[in-house]
Amino acid sequence: MLWLQVLVNGLAIGGLYACIAAGFSLVWGVLNVINILHGSMIVLGGYLAFFAHQQWGINPFLFAPVAGLVLFVFGYALQRLAINPVMSRPFLITLLLTFGLNLFLDNAMIALFSADFRKVILDPPLGVFELGGIILPVDRVYATLTGLVIVGALWIWLRSTQLGRAIIAVRMDRDAAALLGINVSGTYAIAFGLGAFMAGSAGALLSAIFPISPLASAGYLGKAFAICVLGGLGSIPGVVLGGFALGVIESYGALFLGPEHAVTVAFMLLIVLLMVRPSGLLGRRGFA
Amino acid sequence: MTEPLLSIEHLGKRFRGLQALDDVTLELKQGEVVGLIGPNGAGKTTLINVITGVHKPSAGTIHFRGESIAGMRPDRIARRGIARTFQIVQPFPAMTVLENVAAAALFAGGETSLASARGKAAEHLHFCGLSDQADKPAASLTLAGRKRLELAKSLALNPTLLLLDEVNAGLNTAEIDHALELILSIAARGVTVLLIEHLMKVVTRAASRIVVLHHGRLIADGATREVMADEAVVEAYLGRRYAARLAGAGI
Amino acid sequence: MNPRNAVLAIAALAVLALVALQADNYVLRLATMFGMYATLAMAWNIIGGFAGYPSFATAAFFGLGAYATGVAQTNGVPLLLAWGCAGLLAAGFAALLGSAILHLRGRYFAIASLVVADVLRELTNSWTDVTGGGMGMNLPLIGGSVVDDAYVYLAAMLILAAATFGTSLWLDRSKLGVALRCIAQNEDAAQIIGIDTRRAKTIALVLSSLFAGLAGGAYASWVTYIDPTDVYDGALSVKPILMALLGGVGTVSGPVLGALVYLGLEELLWRNLLDFHAGILGLLVVLLVLFLPGGLRQLRGRGLVGWLKGRFAR
Repeated sequence: MLWLQVLVNGLAIGGLYACIAAGFSLVWGVLNVINILHGSMIVLGGYLAFFAHQQWGINPFLFAPVAGLVLFVFGYALQRLAINPVMSRPFLITLLLTFGLNLFLDNAMIALFSADFRKVILDPPLGVFELGGIILPVDRVYATLTGLVIVGALWIWLRSTQLGRAIIAVRMDRDAAALLGINVSGTYAIAFGLGAFMAGSAGALLSAIFPISPLASAGYLGKAFAICVLGGLGSIPGVVLGGFALGVIESYGALFLGPEHAVTVAFMLLIVLLMVRPSGLLGRRGFA
Repeated sequence: MTEPLLSIEHLGKRFRGLQALDDVTLELKQGEVVGLIGPNGAGKTTLINVITGVHKPSAGTIHFRGESIAGMRPDRIARRGIARTFQIVQPFPAMTVLENVAAAALFAGGETSLASARGKAAEHLHFCGLSDQADKPAASLTLAGRKRLELAKSLALNPTLLLLDEVNAGLNTAEIDHALELILSIAARGVTVLLIEHLMKVVTRAASRIVVLHHGRLIADGATREVMADEAVVEAYLGRRYAARLAGAGI
Repeated sequence: MNPRNAVLAIAALAVLALVALQADNYVLRLATMFGMYATLAMAWNIIGGFAGYPSFATAAFFGLGAYATGVAQTNGVPLLLAWGCAGLLAAGFAALLGSAILHLRGRYFAIASLVVADVLRELTNSWTDVTGGGMGMNLPLIGGSVVDDAYVYLAAMLILAAATFGTSLWLDRSKLGVALRCIAQNEDAAQIIGIDTRRAKTIALVLSSLFAGLAGGAYASWVTYIDPTDVYDGALSVKPILMALLGGVGTVSGPVLGALVYLGLEELLWRNLLDFHAGILGLLVVLLVLFLPGGLRQLRGRGLVGWLKGRFAR
C-alpha cells in the first residue's frame, strides 16, 4: 500500500514536471541553446500568479496561460535583443549568456520581491481526495492535469499550425528550412518565446503547490534538465515520460533515503543514465 | 596463397532498426587497390567506419594482419596501420597545414618528437603538393586543398592499409587527375588501398578489383571488368526498370 | 605563447609578492584572492581551453579540496599534508568522474559536470558527522598571529598559481598538449590519427581538478570557516570561465591576465553594490559575451575607439 501511495505521489506531480521541462526541451532542441534562464522564468511566472492571486484573487490554475503570455513577450524580446546576436557562436557562449541573464534576473527578483519563500494560499483549500486508502492532494492533481493540458496544447499547436511546423522544420534542419523560405531567426524568437510561455505557465501552477522564491530557480532548472535527459531531448512525448519518471524517482528516493535526498538521488540516476544511454530513454542520438 | 592483409567475415552493423551492413565478407590482399562502389546509402562509409573502429560491429569479425580488430578503439586501430580519409574532410581548423600533418606523424606515424614529426610532415606535404600552403591555417584551404591535406594526414600515419572515402567528390577535372596520380603513386609504394568512389573513370584506372555494396550487402566482388558487366550491379546503380529495359533490348 | 610573455608573467607574480609584503590587510587579501582566481582560471583552462571540454565542475573540485582539508586539519593532520589530501581527493574523484562523463560531448558534458557540484553539496550537507552539515565547519588557526598566517596563505596561493602556470606552460609544448588541442578542434579526427583521446582527456581533467582542489584546500585553511553553499558555489565554476574568456581561452598567460582584470572589476563593482553583486556579475557576463566574446585581445592593436568603430560599422 505504501509503495502504491508513493507511486501515486510521484505520478501526481509528473504532469507538472512535464510542463516545467517542455519549454526547456523546445529551446534546446530548436535553438540548440541550453537556457539556464529557464528556472528563473518559472519563478517569475510563479510571482505573477502569486500577485494576481493576492491583488485580484485570481486562481493560479486559471492564471497559468496569462502568466505564460506575459513570459512569451519577455522571452521573445529577450531572444531578439540578446540571444539572436550570438546564435552562431560556440555553445559555451550562449550558455554563459543565459547564465548571466539568469544571475541578473534572480538577483533582480530578490531585490524586488525578497528571497522569502511565498506560496499562494487557496481559500478554501482544495483538500485531498481519497480512493481505496490512497490519498491524493487535489491541488497536485489540478496542477498536473492543467500542466498536461498545456503541454498537449503545445504539442498540437506545433503539429497543426504553419508556424509550429516551421519550428519543427528548423529543428530538423536549419539550412534546409532556410532554403524553403522559413525565416530562421524569427522562428528562433518564437520558439524561445514559447519556451518562456511554458516556463511562465509552469511557474503559475507551481505557486499553488510549492513555496516560490528566486532561490528555487536553480532547482527547477535542474529538474527541467533531468527530465529532458530522462525522456530524450526535443520530443514532447519524451518530456511527458521524463516528467512522470522524475516524479516517481524522486518519490521513491524520498521514501528510501529521506526527502532531503530526493534531488540527489534523481541527479545520480541522471549521471548513470548519461553514462549508459546519453540519448535518453526515448530519444534518438544526434543532438550532442 | 598468402594470408590476406584484411579479412572481414559476416560483418553486420545495425542502427536502431536499420541494417546498414549485412553479412559482408571481404578480403584485401597486401598491395591491392580495390574499388568499393555502390549507390548512396549502400553502407560504404559505414563499412569504413566499422573497420576503423568509429562504430562497433553488431556481428562478424575483422582481422588485420591476423589480429582481430573488431570493436577496438579507433586510435589503436590507427596505430596498427590503418589510415582513412573522411568524405567530409576533418582538419584541425585552427592549426596550420603542417601542424595538422605533424600531429598525425607524432601520434601514429612513429615519430618521437615534435621536431621530427614536423620534418616528416613536410615530406608528406611535398608529396601531396601542399608545400606552398604549409604555414596557412587548415581552415583557409580550398576544398581540393583540404582533400589533399586529408591524404597527407593519412599518409603521415605510415599506413599499411589506406581507406579513401570519396577523395574526389566535389573536385574539378584537373583536380581529379591530380588526385588520381596521387592515389596511383601511393599504391606504387606498396600501400594497400580501399577506394570508395563514384567516378568510374577513377575506379577503373586505379583499381584492379571492385566490390559492390547495395543495401548493406555485398552483391559483387571481382576483377574490375567483370563486375562492370554484371547485371546485378547495373541494376543496383541504374534502377530495376532501366536494367529490365536493357535486358529487353538484348544489350 | 612566447618565452617573453612567460618571463613577464612570472615577474608580475614576483612583484605582486613583494608588494604584498609591504601591504595592509586589504591588499594582502586581494593578492591572495588573485592567486586563487588565477589558479582556478588556469586549472579550468587545462580542460576547458586546451581540451575544449566546457567543464562546470570547478566548484566541485574546489569544494572537495576545501572539505578534505577541513576534515584532515580538524583531525590533527599537519597543514601541508592536509592540502596534499585535498589535491589527491579531488584528482582521484576527477579520474572516476572522467571515466563516467568524458565520453559525453559538448552540452551534455557541460550539464553533467554542472550537476556534480550540486550532488556533492547535498552529500556534504547530509553527512553531518564528518562535515558538520549545513552548519559548516571551523578550521583551526595554524598558530602565529593572524597577520603572519595571512602571509603564509598568500605565499601558498601564489606558489600554487605559479605551479599551475608552469604546468600549463609545459602542457602547451608537450605531446599531450598537442593531443588536447587536436581533441578540442576535432575529436573524431584526433582519434583517427592515433590519439588515445580518453587518456588525454582524463589526464587534462585530473590536472585541472588537482589544482582546483589544492586551491580549495588553501582557501579553507585561509578563511578558517567553510560551509557547503560557500565552497560548492556554482559561481566558482563560472568565474574561472569568465576569466579565461577575458584573457584568452586556450592560451597560457591569458587566464592570469583575465583573473587580474576580473578581480579588479569585482572589487570595483562589489563594494558599492553588495546587495546586487550577483546581478552585476550577471550583467558583466552578458556584456562580455555580447560585445567582447574574443576576450581582451580583441581590443589589442586597435584601441577602444577603433574597436567600437569596427563593431558598429558592421
